[in-house]
Amino acid sequence: MSGAALLFWIVLPYVAITTCTVGHVWRWRRDQFGWTSRSSQLMERRLLSVGSPLFHYGAFAAIAGHVLGILVPASWTAWAGVSEEAYHLFSALAGTAAGLAVVAGFLILLYRRLSVPRVSVTTTRVDWGVYALLAITIGLGVLETTGVNLLGGGYDYRATVAVWFRGLFLLDPHPELMVAAPMLYQFHVVAAWLLFALWPFSRLVHAWSYPILYLGRPWILYRGYRRRAPEPVCTRPSQ
Amino acid sequence: MRVMANVGMVMNLDKCIGCHTCSVTCKQVWTNRSGAEYIWFNNVETKPGLGYPRRYEDQEHWKGGWELDRRGRLRLKGGGSIRRILTIFANPDLPGLDDYYEPWTYDYETLVTAPLSEHDPVASPRSQLTGRPIRPTWGTNWEDDLAGAPETASGDPNLRALEPQVQFAYEQAFMFYLPRICEQCLNPSCVASCPSGAIYKREEDGIVLVDQDKCRGWRFCVSGCPYKKVYFNHKSGKAEKCTFCYPRIEAGLPTVCSETCVGRLRYVGIVLYDADRVEAAASERDPRCLREAQLGIFLDPADPAVREAACRDGIPADWIEAARRSPVYALAVHFGVALPLHPEYRTLPMVWYVPPLSPVVSAAAAGRGAEPDPDDVFHAIDELRIPIGYLANLLAAGDRGAVRDVLRRLAAMRAFMRRREVEGVTDETIPAAVGMDVPEIERLYRLLAIAKYEDRYVVPPAHRESADRLLAATDTDFGCAVDDEDRFADSAQAYRQQLVQLDLPGTRRRGLTAGNPPEGAA
Repeated sequence: MSGAALLFWIVLPYVAITTCTVGHVWRWRRDQFGWTSRSSQLMERRLLSVGSPLFHYGAFAAIAGHVLGILVPASWTAWAGVSEEAYHLFSALAGTAAGLAVVAGFLILLYRRLSVPRVSVTTTRVDWGVYALLAITIGLGVLETTGVNLLGGGYDYRATVAVWFRGLFLLDPHPELMVAAPMLYQFHVVAAWLLFALWPFSRLVHAWSYPILYLGRPWILYRGYRRRAPEPVCTRPSQ
Repeated sequence: MRVMANVGMVMNLDKCIGCHTCSVTCKQVWTNRSGAEYIWFNNVETKPGLGYPRRYEDQEHWKGGWELDRRGRLRLKGGGSIRRILTIFANPDLPGLDDYYEPWTYDYETLVTAPLSEHDPVASPRSQLTGRPIRPTWGTNWEDDLAGAPETASGDPNLRALEPQVQFAYEQAFMFYLPRICEQCLNPSCVASCPSGAIYKREEDGIVLVDQDKCRGWRFCVSGCPYKKVYFNHKSGKAEKCTFCYPRIEAGLPTVCSETCVGRLRYVGIVLYDADRVEAAASERDPRCLREAQLGIFLDPADPAVREAACRDGIPADWIEAARRSPVYALAVHFGVALPLHPEYRTLPMVWYVPPLSPVVSAAAAGRGAEPDPDDVFHAIDELRIPIGYLANLLAAGDRGAVRDVLRRLAAMRAFMRRREVEGVTDETIPAAVGMDVPEIERLYRLLAIAKYEDRYVVPPAHRESADRLLAATDTDFGCAVDDEDRFADSAQAYRQQLVQLDLPGTRRRGLTAGNPPEGAA
């Protein structure tokens, strides 16, 4: 095994996973005040109202696709009666749709961030880092899904990338699987790990705060500052 | 019945001169920070006008507050919770910065660094967001004193359903000032709109606050509030709102806007209400009855049964006493001369307004060929310069009768005192005509016209120390054992003495407790 293989397919993933986990715990405990989406909707509304939903819903679909393609072993889908051809067609088509939504949304948001001065000035260095890594990850991801799997000859990442990825979490990494993968996939994966490592230190933390619990909450919330007394002290009101 | 206390404020619009001192002092205390440049927890609008942010009162557009669904149940006008979390990536009802205004400063450095020249250098405006030169075209009080009214003021949502009598020709124009803060609503739609559960109502005093650590910047509180008194700090990415100066309230002091009001038109007090009936009151079918419904859940703190229940529900004795002396209760409930701002939003607001009297329209009088009789107060109510219909749209969900009733009382008070002071006649028929008696009308006069500091602000200090600490406090907390007996003699007094001493130099309250009458004491 070469040093590069060790570095990119074993060291980097574990470092990124650790940074992501420890970073989130640290940020959650130290920086609740900074835990926000840092929305810039106040500054610009029109472009955001198109770009942001496209990007976010596209990203949800893309994440779901990754769960299906990477976390679910091919043997499971085969057991469920889904043929390789059917899976391939579905993932390429749905993946392309999701990818196009993400790319369109991302480009709108990027244009907005660059061209609207009010938005540019609220952009931090970390934000630009996130944008750069997202651009690489998304761009390569779409090239894989659309370029390779839909239009090109196709590549069975479920036999290599997915197995290697699951191996990381089973503490049984097989870097040779990644070494054999096309460069496109290699770069996509490296950029994604860097993104995960940066995640807890960026505004991306807002993703974990998607307010699903809101659906079951009472409308009006009360909070008290008085600690409850063991027994109520009832003094008769003085007249 | 579940008794809760809520802070409240009444503003006497008759006295507001639009000096913006409240706005400026509030700004200096609370929003003089980066990211909050455009935020005014307190602002003063000239009415008629678009307001700040522009046309915020048009809920068909902004979707703030509550509405009733077809089956008469209360729901947020901005849609249900599912719609909210689905539109979270771009809040469809959020005002943009230009609906507020782009904050600016001036390039003062030029004044110092400009080379020698024939003309004085000019400090030109610079955006506080981008630092670029800008040309200011809107601001929080851009329409001050009807500036630009011929072009903009017809967009005021309160002018709806008014006859074309409202003109902006100089001779017919009318205006008054409307100072606004957060309403500290009993049924706050901002709280209900917050997906993170970061906004809450304080159990003890009902102040609505944003937990800055819990806020995730989803911005639905901003669109949920029909008064647009929750703002988004673009620097921190968190919501901020008027805090009713809670640190001062806890110390028994009025808010900064009240304390610094030169017109002495603000009243601060607490009101006891029945928390179990809030939803029912807010669900009142006819918007014009919402004020009555809200009055219906306010509890009379002089009623022994209410006091007993309040005590049972953990409201301290001095708070019950403060509720009894509350000027807000007196003006809103007892005298019925204060009206809630836009009750039709169904949030049960707690900042109420005494509507302004205004000169009798001379045009109308001239039409009859006679000078208006200054003593014919009741006849003149419908000919006031500010149309009743306008005030009704602002303060009574369109119910002109409610506004007329209040204005008649105010006019009666004036006429009664005028006759007494000028002619030396105590005319009992005047208060009788509005269902009041002489002592009552004298009390109203004292509250509204004399408006002593201690009558305007009845703020019971907070009991942060909590009852269990009071019980546990034997020696360490109170130190000296000698005066312990006295301290516990009266629980209210004991509470008060435990308060943390704040260094607030020159507060008039301190002078008052020391027995010094305030300036202007009669």
